Amino acid sequence: MIGTKLNQNNITINNLTEISKKIRKNIIKMTHTAGSGHPGGALSSVEILTTLYFKIMNHKPIDPKWTERDKFILSKAHACPVLYATLAEAGYFPESELKTFRQINSRIQGHSHIKTPGVEMSGGSLGQGLSFGVGTAIASKLDNLKSNTYVLLGDGECDEGQIWEAAMSASHHKLNNLIAIVDRNKIQNDRFTDEVMSLEPFEDKWKSFGWNTSKINGHSFAELIDSFNLAKNQSENPTVLIADTVKGKGVSFMENNPAFHGKSPDDKELLLALKEIDDA
Amino acid sequence: MNLNNLEMSETRVVAGETLVELGKTNEKIVVLGGDLSKSTHANKFAAAYPDRFFDFGPAEQNMVSVAAGLASSGKIPIVSTFAVFGSSRPYDQIRVGVSQSNLDVKIIVTHAGLITGQDGVSAQSIEDIAIMNALPNFNIIVPTDSVETKSAIKYAINTKGPFYIRLSRPATPIIHKNENFQFGKSELIKNGTDVTIIACGIMVIAALHAANNLEKKGISCRILNMPTIKPIDTNSILNAAKETNAIVTAEEHFINGGLSSIVAHTLSQHIPTPLECVAINQYAESGSAEELLKKYHLTDSDIEKAVEKVISRKIK
Repeated sequence: MIGTKLNQNNITINNLTEISKKIRKNIIKMTHTAGSGHPGGALSSVEILTTLYFKIMNHKPIDPKWTERDKFILSKAHACPVLYATLAEAGYFPESELKTFRQINSRIQGHSHIKTPGVEMSGGSLGQGLSFGVGTAIASKLDNLKSNTYVLLGDGECDEGQIWEAAMSASHHKLNNLIAIVDRNKIQNDRFTDEVMSLEPFEDKWKSFGWNTSKINGHSFAELIDSFNLAKNQSENPTVLIADTVKGKGVSFMENNPAFHGKSPDDKELLLALKEIDDA
Repeated sequence: MNLNNLEMSETRVVAGETLVELGKTNEKIVVLGGDLSKSTHANKFAAAYPDRFFDFGPAEQNMVSVAAGLASSGKIPIVSTFAVFGSSRPYDQIRVGVSQSNLDVKIIVTHAGLITGQDGVSAQSIEDIAIMNALPNFNIIVPTDSVETKSAIKYAINTKGPFYIRLSRPATPIIHKNENFQFGKSELIKNGTDVTIIACGIMVIAALHAANNLEKKGISCRILNMPTIKPIDTNSILNAAKETNAIVTAEEHFINGGLSSIVAHTLSQHIPTPLECVAINQYAESGSAEELLKKYHLTDSDIEKAVEKVISRKIK
């Protein structure tokens, strides 16, 4: 891990599964210790981040600002426990620091902030990450770098008009080095997305904005790996992966339960959740 | 200085030319346009360096967050649009994406203030200094003429951190012979003993006219040009208070939160001093620049009245 780059070639799906379990458990522990936070949308995107950081992206945990790195931008910044747990697992900062989540004097804030090693963008106000990714993708092209930008969006977040401003500009400027992933877990803060604001036909919306699109199972490592490898090699347009996921994935009482969008587990729920993840 | 025979120049034209000049040697400069580049003169940069100019259409929220992404990748992005579209419209994106991240984004706006004129109230940004001043990390410059504009833009581009530079639409008189802009410092335009007029932007020339008229009545005015609004030059304000014991501010901005509020805050914290403020008190309307300045009390004679009033309030 300490070397210049993670050796991703030898990582198997079994390895990824083990890593994802650890990340899931850390999400549960962090939100439990903090007494607040957003476990649901963090758990739904565990496989997406695990695949990116341990199989797909070119990055150096020891040198977070490495010029040639691929960039991951967490636009749905409330899901930051998954990002922190992943960054710690990759070696960006000590795992012990995770228990400072949401506490005073911590580097790991309630919504991801650029001051944390490995965090590319300050978020917390929805809808801004895809635009930020348009900026990093343009910069890569100007510098003739091969690096790609990956932006994780929430499905509820796509209610924000700025997402569609960004989508239009990404295809206009032919950013084939920009890959968006929508964590389509179908639940937003208050309720199910279809009750708050209809998104469907969602894939058609992206298509009509000039994007390559693909609907995938967001918990399948095999599908994620194949889809990212395909997306990286598009010649002209940006790509969006609409990742079908389950909010709260991996913890039965959190799964598909709107209550756990922004509520942390209590002491009893902590033990139950950790056991379920271990036993899975 | 013969005030009636000054050369006129549009600060926005000089801004466009300055970006072209700087872009020649600094390849990090990237200009972002919002479908107003003919008016802001960012089209000059687009023509010179088409690979480093990107249009985003009138979608300013996107444009500002894109600029943040570019800055985080080591570029120096220039957001070029009108004042209303570069401040209040994308304010959340500026707050979270630029200010809270302290990124190297330069927002250079034109068509600020009342004198943008006939487009009316929606186009007249009279709140922008207040809202930008509320952002930690941001630097704010309001140049008074095209010479100062050129040096302010050079300074901002060569200095790390977010900047907001506020320019006008119509041509304004050139009062500077040389590029002597000093960031964070006021400029002594005229010395005087009875009162200090602290002005920025187009109100500096109005202050000069007012001071000439007041001289005839035996009132000696000091004039400070205050191009850097943030960080404010506290020392020069306090020295003026100590030495002239009365202050008038003059700005083409709403009275709340602009230069007058900043000066009032500085004075009351250190040396409470009689203060009168020439500023806008309400939303305006369509009209010519001259008509608007007159109706909304931003003329030489408004400054004269404020000076006479503040002198009458001086503590004997």
